[in-house]
Amino acid sequence: MRPELELISEWIRPGARVLDLGCGDGALLAYLREHRQVGGYGLEIDQANVLQCIQSGVNVIHADLEAGLADFGDSSFDYVIMTQTLQAVRQTEALLDEMLRVGRQGIVTFPNFGFWRCRMQIALHGLMPVVKTLPYQWYDTPNIHLFTLRDFEQLCRRKRIDILQRTVLDHAHRPRLGPRLWPNLLGEIALYRLGRA
Amino acid sequence: MPPTFPPDSVGLVTPQTAHFDEPLALDCGRTLAEYEMVYETYGTLNADRSNAVLICHALSGDHHVAGYYDEDDPGKPGWWDNCIGPGKPIDTRAFFVVCCNNLGGCKGSTGPTAINPENRKPYGPDFPIVTVKDWVRSQARLADRLGVTQWAAVIGGSLGGMQAMQWAITFPDRVRHSLVIAAAPRLSAQNIAFNEVARQAILSDPDFHHGHYYEFGVVPRRGLMLARMLGHITYLSDEGMRAKFGRELREGKMNFNFNFDTEFQVESYLRHQGHAFVDRFDANTYLLITKTLDYFDPAADFDEDFSAAFHRTQAHFLVIAFTSDWRFAPARSREIVRALVRAGREVSYAEVPSEYGHDAFLMPIPLYHEALRSYLARVAREVNSDAA
Repeated sequence: MRPELELISEWIRPGARVLDLGCGDGALLAYLREHRQVGGYGLEIDQANVLQCIQSGVNVIHADLEAGLADFGDSSFDYVIMTQTLQAVRQTEALLDEMLRVGRQGIVTFPNFGFWRCRMQIALHGLMPVVKTLPYQWYDTPNIHLFTLRDFEQLCRRKRIDILQRTVLDHAHRPRLGPRLWPNLLGEIALYRLGRA
Repeated sequence: MPPTFPPDSVGLVTPQTAHFDEPLALDCGRTLAEYEMVYETYGTLNADRSNAVLICHALSGDHHVAGYYDEDDPGKPGWWDNCIGPGKPIDTRAFFVVCCNNLGGCKGSTGPTAINPENRKPYGPDFPIVTVKDWVRSQARLADRLGVTQWAAVIGGSLGGMQAMQWAITFPDRVRHSLVIAAAPRLSAQNIAFNEVARQAILSDPDFHHGHYYEFGVVPRRGLMLARMLGHITYLSDEGMRAKFGRELREGKMNFNFNFDTEFQVESYLRHQGHAFVDRFDANTYLLITKTLDYFDPAADFDEDFSAAFHRTQAHFLVIAFTSDWRFAPARSREIVRALVRAGREVSYAEVPSEYGHDAFLMPIPLYHEALRSYLARVAREVNSDAA
């Protein structure tokens, strides 16, 4: 999570207002508060995570993302962030729309299903991949929408979502040359900054 | 025998009385020339007077929020004893905790049962209607008296949560944290409807005598009991009642009697609650406070824009709701959260699964108490780092 936090943080304007969808234990918000003086809220469904956020003094709103973001006004945040969450929601497309309605920009990170280890496990063993970023078995995984970088970029094109910035991390979670040359093959985690004209 | 209170109890407590000579102008246009407020405190006010916490009580609560009155016959402790004490979520080792009986109450603060100085008779129905704003103003005077310029936190459930909200709105710089539990931005038509049935039960009791029942040496027992029984149904949830009473019969069988004695356990429970309440509460106070609830509406002061009510607030908010509460359902708490977010305020919201209905805010539900404990630990850290 650490390199991901730092990279996201670099994309964020100091003092911005941020909404973190599926904020977990609030680590990102706490990091951004400290390094970018951001204000904002995290939405989280898990009780234990909500408690953890309260403990660390992060503003957390106990909510189900699947119910949408109707409580939030248009462009009421500078950034709406979804780290490692998009693959676990049912209403993927609707949530992307909501994200870019509520936020002037969106930041999305997800595990790349096109990562070579995933491909190998299917190709060689004929089994659903189990990798560091997708550590679950097929029958108990919360990740119900698995997709690759190319899948995501196709969707963005179709939905006329602008990709403002992209960083792809390799298996060591570093943005090195390999994933820059062959992102969909050597990238394990993808980070996107999105906008809509 | 030394007292045997549990180690996490505040122990033996004594209520105190503050007398106020300065007239208090009320929202209804009338003025209380002088009044008294009964209150209790636990813990110690620190040197820079920054660790004070105000607990606001709900409809039938009072100033006796924790601890015991009698060493030899402890009986039941204060109404929120499970949450307040050394090592409890509202930790009296860290905080100076204050709770007062609100004006219009019947536990010692000036209210309908008090003597009206104008005619030396109990106020009864002549006591002015007081609002949540009036309460907050009167509590502010008590804070002045105690030397508290800013509360570390104002905390309340239900009607108490409304006071916690109102505090942040009326006195933005006197509240650091506002904890709003099982509350609502204002009552719904259904809430008011239940209050109205409760009031009609009291008003139609032949012993009510237009509120002057003190002079007749009676109390409108049946009416107040009915009001409380009705209230109790709205405090519990369907699933909670099913779990607690089911369709249990007291004698194990249906008697098919037309005398309507209590047959089902739930009937006996409600009658018991009703009876017990009549012995400890005043009907005029009940009437008055149901109106206080009905009138609460911060948005009304801001062109019906609830969010605008929070534009000047400086407090950080913690809002908590309980899943099976249908009196002030989670959706009502989310309205509060939405207004705070739109106003750009600091707020956290937790929805606690529980089958206790509205009453859940008084229960020691682990997740709920853990949320309070975590939040207040942070408040205590803030207070201490300021003091250092």
